[in-house]
Amino acid sequence: MEHAFSLFVRSIFVDNMIFASFLGMCSYLAVSKNVKTSLGLGVAVTFVLLVTVPVNYLLQKYILAPGGVFGDIDLTYLSFILFIAVIAGIVQLVEMVVERFSPSLYNALGIFLPLIAVNCAIMGASLFMQQRIEMDPNTSTQAIGGMLDAFAYALGSGIGWLMAIVALAAIREKMAYTNVPKPLQGLGITFITVGLMAMAFMCFSGLSL
Amino acid sequence: MSKLFSKDNQKVFLEPLNINNPILIQVLGICSALAVTAKLEPAIVMGLSVTVIMAFSNVIISLIRKTIPNRIRIIIQLVVVAALVTIVSMILKAFAYDVSVQLSVYVGLIITNCILMGRLEAFAMTNGPWESLLDGVGNGLGYAWILVVVGGVRELLGSGTLLNIRLIPQSFYDAGYMNNGMMTMPAMAMILLGCVIWVHRSFIKE
Repeated sequence: MEHAFSLFVRSIFVDNMIFASFLGMCSYLAVSKNVKTSLGLGVAVTFVLLVTVPVNYLLQKYILAPGGVFGDIDLTYLSFILFIAVIAGIVQLVEMVVERFSPSLYNALGIFLPLIAVNCAIMGASLFMQQRIEMDPNTSTQAIGGMLDAFAYALGSGIGWLMAIVALAAIREKMAYTNVPKPLQGLGITFITVGLMAMAFMCFSGLSL
Repeated sequence: MSKLFSKDNQKVFLEPLNINNPILIQVLGICSALAVTAKLEPAIVMGLSVTVIMAFSNVIISLIRKTIPNRIRIIIQLVVVAALVTIVSMILKAFAYDVSVQLSVYVGLIITNCILMGRLEAFAMTNGPWESLLDGVGNGLGYAWILVVVGGVRELLGSGTLLNIRLIPQSFYDAGYMNNGMMTMPAMAMILLGCVIWVHRSFIKE
């Protein structure tokens, strides 16, 4: 329990998806023009992470890794294909469920829902999870030892991503009124802003829980 | 059927290198571009891997484009790319183990690299195999040269080396020169890329 909580806090601040490992950058830059849509995308990403990471955790632990259903056969070389298939499938499923039960949320998310399938943050979280399973939970703060840890990691990464995109959107809304040099406008200044935000987040790296 | 090296095909190959660069203009595939550029060597390997995967997946999708049902094309594209990425990742593990450890999850993340999906959707689905090959190689190289520039600057200023060969002589350090540790941090990758875009846009008038 304690370990899961520390994992949760660390994945929001220290191992932040955007500022520490640059995952999900494409949609992060493309959608962060206003706070409202970026909040919608952030919620959708968090939700999909919360479903896909635990599912991929079970897959990795009980099917792909040696010692699972198939005995000692090591199937981890199939992980890329399986993970992406699971992600694409679950995104499709989530889309249908949301459309059926909450049309208002479906309309608010719009095109972002299907696009999440190719968001690197989702795939990245599953791949990091795969690496972290092998770590020892007693010595490493990053290890994922069980289902609870997988949930905590997914939720933390999602909230970290959400926070980062809403913060950038807020800055960009203000920046619309500033006088930026012509060639730097748009993309260039956004990159430099994210760089400065990442520097600010570096001060969390000493955080220990 | 146009000639193999006609004007149009040259344009398909050369545009992504400069005026239609996937990173600088279309803003695709940023994630890996930033994360692997702390040193020059992984940046080169990553650029080459993406170029190879891009070329092959473009050709494969373009060959089977008439048989793909429209509704499930995304999943088919993802599976083709994922299979190619698995092959490349195993080749890297076999022949360049050190670099593949440095690249860690970012090799796997080539699957979700938006450049690949973008080119498959926008080009390979509507064009023949030869044009798609040129487009794939062009976009891959357009991606690779940005990685090499950013990786080179970061390694030179951050560790004083290029491809692990020391370039800044010891006498400089004795005279008080210091490596800029900031350059090896992820944050500087963003700022450097911002500067590359700045320079590029001030030369290319929109």
